[in-house]
Amino acid sequence: QPTPLISHATMSPSKQNNLLSMYSSLSLSKSSYSVISAFCTEDNIPQCISYINQELASLGLSSTCIEASSPGAAGLNPVPALNATYELLQIHRRTMCSLEELEREQLKKSSTLEHVQMNNSRLKDQLELSIREKSGLHEMERQLQLKIKTLQSCLKTEKDEVQKLQNIIASRASQYSHDAKRKERETAKLKERLSQLLVDRKDKKLAIDVLNCLGRSDGKRSHWKTAKAAASHEGEMYKSLLSDYEASQRSLMLENAELKKVLQQMKKEMIHVLSPRQPSIRGATADDSQEQADSDLEDRAGDSSRGSLDKSCEHAREQLTNSIRQQWRKLRNHMERLDSQASQVQNQLESNKDVISRETHEDEMERMRREVQQCKEFIDAQQQLLQQQLNTSFDDETAALLNDCYTLEEKERLKEEWRLFEEQKRNFERERTNFTEAAIRLGREKKAFEEDRASWLKNQFLNMTPFTDRRRCSSSDGQSALSISKSFLQLAMSQETTHALNRYFQLLPSGRRFKSQVKAKSRLRCGDLSIFSLGEDENSLT
Amino acid sequence: MNFSEVFKQSNQLCKVSPDGKYLATCVQYRLVVRDVSTLQILQLYTCLDQISHMDWSSDSLFILCAMYKRGLVQVWSLEQPDWHCKIDEGSIGLVSSRWSPDGRHILNTTEFHLRVTVWSLCTKAVSYIKYPKACSKGIDFSRDGCYMALAERRDCKDYVSVFVCDDWHLLRHFETETQDLAGLEWSPNGCVLAVWDSCLEYKVLLYSLDGRLLSTYSAYEWSLGVKSVTWSPSSQFLAIGSYDEKVRILNHITWKKITQFEHPSTINNTKAVSVCKRSSICLITYCQFLLLPAPDEICPLPVQIPVVKPDPDRANPKIGISSLAFSADGRYLATKNDNMASVAWVWDMQKMNLVAVLEHTSAVKCFQWDPKHPRLALCTGNAKLYLWSPAGCVSVQVPAEGGFQVQSLSWHCTGDSLILLGKEQLCLCYMETEQEDK
Repeated sequence: QPTPLISHATMSPSKQNNLLSMYSSLSLSKSSYSVISAFCTEDNIPQCISYINQELASLGLSSTCIEASSPGAAGLNPVPALNATYELLQIHRRTMCSLEELEREQLKKSSTLEHVQMNNSRLKDQLELSIREKSGLHEMERQLQLKIKTLQSCLKTEKDEVQKLQNIIASRASQYSHDAKRKERETAKLKERLSQLLVDRKDKKLAIDVLNCLGRSDGKRSHWKTAKAAASHEGEMYKSLLSDYEASQRSLMLENAELKKVLQQMKKEMIHVLSPRQPSIRGATADDSQEQADSDLEDRAGDSSRGSLDKSCEHAREQLTNSIRQQWRKLRNHMERLDSQASQVQNQLESNKDVISRETHEDEMERMRREVQQCKEFIDAQQQLLQQQLNTSFDDETAALLNDCYTLEEKERLKEEWRLFEEQKRNFERERTNFTEAAIRLGREKKAFEEDRASWLKNQFLNMTPFTDRRRCSSSDGQSALSISKSFLQLAMSQETTHALNRYFQLLPSGRRFKSQVKAKSRLRCGDLSIFSLGEDENSLT
Repeated sequence: MNFSEVFKQSNQLCKVSPDGKYLATCVQYRLVVRDVSTLQILQLYTCLDQISHMDWSSDSLFILCAMYKRGLVQVWSLEQPDWHCKIDEGSIGLVSSRWSPDGRHILNTTEFHLRVTVWSLCTKAVSYIKYPKACSKGIDFSRDGCYMALAERRDCKDYVSVFVCDDWHLLRHFETETQDLAGLEWSPNGCVLAVWDSCLEYKVLLYSLDGRLLSTYSAYEWSLGVKSVTWSPSSQFLAIGSYDEKVRILNHITWKKITQFEHPSTINNTKAVSVCKRSSICLITYCQFLLLPAPDEICPLPVQIPVVKPDPDRANPKIGISSLAFSADGRYLATKNDNMASVAWVWDMQKMNLVAVLEHTSAVKCFQWDPKHPRLALCTGNAKLYLWSPAGCVSVQVPAEGGFQVQSLSWHCTGDSLILLGKEQLCLCYMETEQEDK
């Protein structure tokens, strides 16, 4: 800053004062830079000039100096002044640029600083959190470790206890057995003593009192006990043991032989099942050859086993079981394959609805065959008859006679039938006429009945009153009224039924049976009222 | 099915003679012999005291009546009612008495198992066998009656003595590898003797007739072991029932386990298992290779079986297989698990699987297979008789006034009838044969 320099270098206190006063006075002046107007006035131009020159020199712009236009004059030499001003402007511009740049830099730096600070704070928080977590986990781990320790110690104590208990049991057991033995010895001694006392005390006579001695159960005499007897007993015992062993060995041998047979059979059957079906599969031939080799081996082994050595027997057995296992595996695979194929085929069949199942197809075929057979037989029979016919024409005459008699027979039959037919026709005609007559009569009677009914109904209706006096004196009427109303209903019904029945008759061929049925029904229905008969007499139709 | 009238008996002593003709019952101190078909009293004998045990001789000619309190044994003859025989053990006491297989010797076990006295009815001679073992089954006769196996205990060790029943000659005497022998049993073919340890140790030993150890079988250690053992009629299988609620079957060729039958409390979907629940409703139906469906329910699977947990502090817990029985043809095995006491299980020995589970309303007291047909009769202490056969099952009410609680039952040797024993009563049940039905 220029002010201290100036004050140090050239300014005297008075000047300083002057400057200050100058400043203050300049501030009151009208120029745009109030400082500058305060700095220079009309009076101190040379001082200002010299001061500015000094300043410029100190700033490094010694090339340009401001001079007065003429000594003592209040003017300035424009060229150096302008140069100096220009240089100052340049300097100022440069400074401004650098200031801008610095400001920008500063802005950038402050934003990065902010950012970094934010990051920093966030990371600090995270770090704190992690630290807390870590401490938490540590705590948990510690607790678990503690728990493990306690459990392990529990386990150990339990194991120890178990061991201890086992030891206790063992020791107690031995203690008890020892004690038991001791007690037993005591008891034995007591028993001895007791038996001594008792036996000695026993009376001389035998304590058995039998009426008479019995014979032995097997009837034989009793024998003396001799060494021979003893030996015979031994012999007997060994004999029974031996026989038992032999029996069991026999049964075992039989079982063994059976099982071996079964195994062989199984093996053969398995080979048989597997080999003919798989000519396409390459492996089969190899299997066959292998099986062949196996069976060869086994035959040989079997032969050798029949020899005697246990080893070869075992060997043969092993061979047999191994080969059976192999075969079984192959068979199983084969079965599995077949199963899958069958299921596939089944699926196909089920999806294809046009194809009928095999069984129904076969049934149909059977039936048709049978039919064909029957037809054939029939045809044969016919043919035979025909042949007979043809063949039994010994001579023309007899043939003609035979033919004639056949036709004669037929003619007779035909005549008979015609006769019957005529008779029946006549019967039918008669019946028809009868029926029409009956129908006509029925119509007439119906009409009459209708009229009757109408009149009767009218009467009834007029007579029917709800009045009590009528009721009193005509209680019977009431009853009859009831019954009549009942029969009225019945009549109504029967009317309908007769209608229905007539209609029915029109549809049916005439026949006596039906008629009589109708009559009976109508008779039943109108049981109370026998004032009419619906139909004509039965006799009329006979 | 016909039921006879009810007769009195005491002490559940009622036995059919081995030839199947006679029925002997004890009423207090009387011995009553009846004909089986007519139930008429043929003979009546009077003993000196209340009869504790009664048994027929093998030839059906003699009956022994033992009176343990008095230490007396009386033998009666069927052919000669006047004949009598009395054996007095005196102050040495008597805990058990039995016939020898020939029907001419009587073996008495004295009190405290001091000795076994062999009395001969032919010669009046006496033999003594010392140190017999006091266990649940210490004496067994082979089925052909030739040999007797006796368990002995000397110096805290177990031995088995094999005697020839002919003349009581000691054939073999060998030590057994048991801690505390609990029982022994001959196989039906008489060649193998099965010997088992007490329940504190699971051990089954198989000895040949000549005393060689053939095999040892032990399924597990420490827990309670063998509870019951039985041979199949063909001697092919040995069934071992144990406290772990399982039955293990050993085969006679290798003496190794071929299968084990478990008794779970839940039965799931297993094919060919019919679970038959005996309802409280009963019907008298004619059974015989059943044509009728059972009146009891056939339950759908899965079925839950009621289990009673035994008290762990007490000895001899009610858990494990206590009863095992093969059918006469060896085709079926019936078992009972003590903590599922109301259920009887039937297993098929050919297929080695469970065939039927028969659940009853109360604990099964007794079951027995028909000696001829594959038919199982069971009783649970109520008035009903239950029968199972592969064709089906049926329950029959015993028609007796005053209620008849069937405590035990036994089949007649022909399989035609059953003897039902109540507390103080007995009743015979005659099965109808197929011919009669038709």
